[in-house]
Amino acid sequence: MATVPQTPPTKEPGKPGLLAKVRDTQVWKSIFRHGYPDTQRNRALAVLSNVFLHLHPVRVRKSGIALSFTWCMGGVTFFLFLVEAVTGILLMFYYRPVAYSAYNDIQELRETIPLGLMRELHRWGAHAMVLTVWLHMFRVFMTGSYKPPREFNWVVGVVLLLLTLLLSFTGYLLPWDQLAIWAITVGSNMARATPLMGHEGPGASLLTLDGEHLVTAGSDVRFALLGGRFVGENALLRFYVLHCVFIPVIAVMLMAVHFWRVRKDGGISGPL
Amino acid sequence: MNTLFEYILKPVMTFVAKPHILLPASSVALVLTLKYYRTVTKPKIAATIGLVLAGLLVVSCFDPNFKKNILKPDNVPIVLLLFGLLFFLWLSLRRAAINDEAAERGEPPLEARMKRESVLVWPDLVMIELICLVLVSAVLVFWAIFIRAPLEEPASAALTPNPSKAPWYFLGLQEMLVYFDPWYAGVLLPTLIIVGLMAIPYVDTNPKGSGYYTLKERKFAITVYLFGFIIFWVVLITIGTFLRGANWNFFGPYDKWDPHFQQPLKNINISEIFWVKMLKQGMPSEWYIRELPGLLMAGAFMLLGPLILAKTVLKDLFRKLDIVRFSVVAVLMLFMISMPIKMLGRWLINLKYVIYIPEYFINI
Repeated sequence: MATVPQTPPTKEPGKPGLLAKVRDTQVWKSIFRHGYPDTQRNRALAVLSNVFLHLHPVRVRKSGIALSFTWCMGGVTFFLFLVEAVTGILLMFYYRPVAYSAYNDIQELRETIPLGLMRELHRWGAHAMVLTVWLHMFRVFMTGSYKPPREFNWVVGVVLLLLTLLLSFTGYLLPWDQLAIWAITVGSNMARATPLMGHEGPGASLLTLDGEHLVTAGSDVRFALLGGRFVGENALLRFYVLHCVFIPVIAVMLMAVHFWRVRKDGGISGPL
Repeated sequence: MNTLFEYILKPVMTFVAKPHILLPASSVALVLTLKYYRTVTKPKIAATIGLVLAGLLVVSCFDPNFKKNILKPDNVPIVLLLFGLLFFLWLSLRRAAINDEAAERGEPPLEARMKRESVLVWPDLVMIELICLVLVSAVLVFWAIFIRAPLEEPASAALTPNPSKAPWYFLGLQEMLVYFDPWYAGVLLPTLIIVGLMAIPYVDTNPKGSGYYTLKERKFAITVYLFGFIIFWVVLITIGTFLRGANWNFFGPYDKWDPHFQQPLKNINISEIFWVKMLKQGMPSEWYIRELPGLLMAGAFMLLGPLILAKTVLKDLFRKLDIVRFSVVAVLMLFMISMPIKMLGRWLINLKYVIYIPEYFINI
């Protein structure tokens, strides 16, 4: 019987490297429950045992992840949302939503504060997010990915599109400069014309009680939005709260539904 | 070269950019693109079109007014949008052309040929995501370094800028204010856009074309969607941003926005055309008699419109859909068609309102 020659080890069994040592510590092992993701099993575990990555399935259809198919627009939109959240929080350290200081705080941000790029990143990121969300919808339409069983997720997506626009719109007022206040004035003037609920809307003049108009410039839907008859201090505070808390919270909840449903409805769409 | 720019390019571009030329022209361009998509999307032809458009943009930047308008910090995203949209329109129609040709040979679409192959998310997808993330971050950082976010004078309720413009993504709606009152352009249309978008998966019962690019199998749906998105949203935004200046007057792409320029207002209502011009008599004092012609026209449009659509353009759809779905499609389409109809009325006969009831703020 000939002895089978032992295959020589590919690496000299010397001292383990620093990385290997770190990976062998209790701390590392407590965080990452699997070995280095170079085997099928560990790669699956890398996705399964990570709360952020587990939005993904372990395996995906190859055609589904091709850049020429998805354009990665949904992913980029989500990434831009995260950029907006991070830069937005940094901006909140410096910005106070009151009329006497808002403009000066922004000027301060531009001129004296280190890492003054935050406002630029926030503004251009917001513009980019509007673009990518439109292009994402365009892609989803062109691939017919709203068809059964994904109808409801399309509806959620439409609401998210609307929220993206509202986030951008409410943020537009915050610099409190001429551009901001007049753009919001033009935009919110539309609310005046809401049927029955705006004081210049169709039918609003029919709503009377003992001859008194119920819907006036001081009680209509525009007043509720702005907290006043014109874009002033109350509007600034309202838009700030809507921009920083109210709309983002709803958007995050709907995003969770949106991503969850992508998986539950069969993953990225593909031909049957 | 300079003469070519001054005496040929500028007048031609200014002419094309006029709303009553640009909207019909871009509609025709879209229809032709969809009709001849297999030829137009051939890489060489598409690249030529793209280069010509990019060339026009670059050459036009020699004009100081054009350059100033294009490079306004908040207008940069619209330029990105226009070229991004053209690129992705090309990409999707190119893939559709390839798939449709394959289907004619009896072969499955591109996406199906890879179908059986599945890959691990780690590393395949995670790597794609990482690369996208790095690229987007890089683009954003460069954008932020080279273009500062605008900050104008402090807010003042006493100083109204001329023109006052909404944020750029709402400028299509603001452009519609030229033709409609705020309750229609600013409230009803946006609501219908949202509702209409949400309705798409429930009214499009065509089972074909799910999960792959195609045009041939979904010609109607894609045509309607692209008209809504490209013509009535993006082209209107372009007009509202680049071609509307002081007092919301139209200015050519190379014009200076002169605040003293006034356009004579000579628009008239349907009621005036009917009672004064046609019957040569005074306006009736009661609004329901005065506005009867307009009310009848609008009523006929909304009631007879679906019937006419069912017999003509939407004949096939009427056969395939149940009555509820068909009504939703027909009503949404009629509202969409109401935009170009009112625009044509304005351009051709200076139409102001079809229905004018200022007593109740109902003007259409």
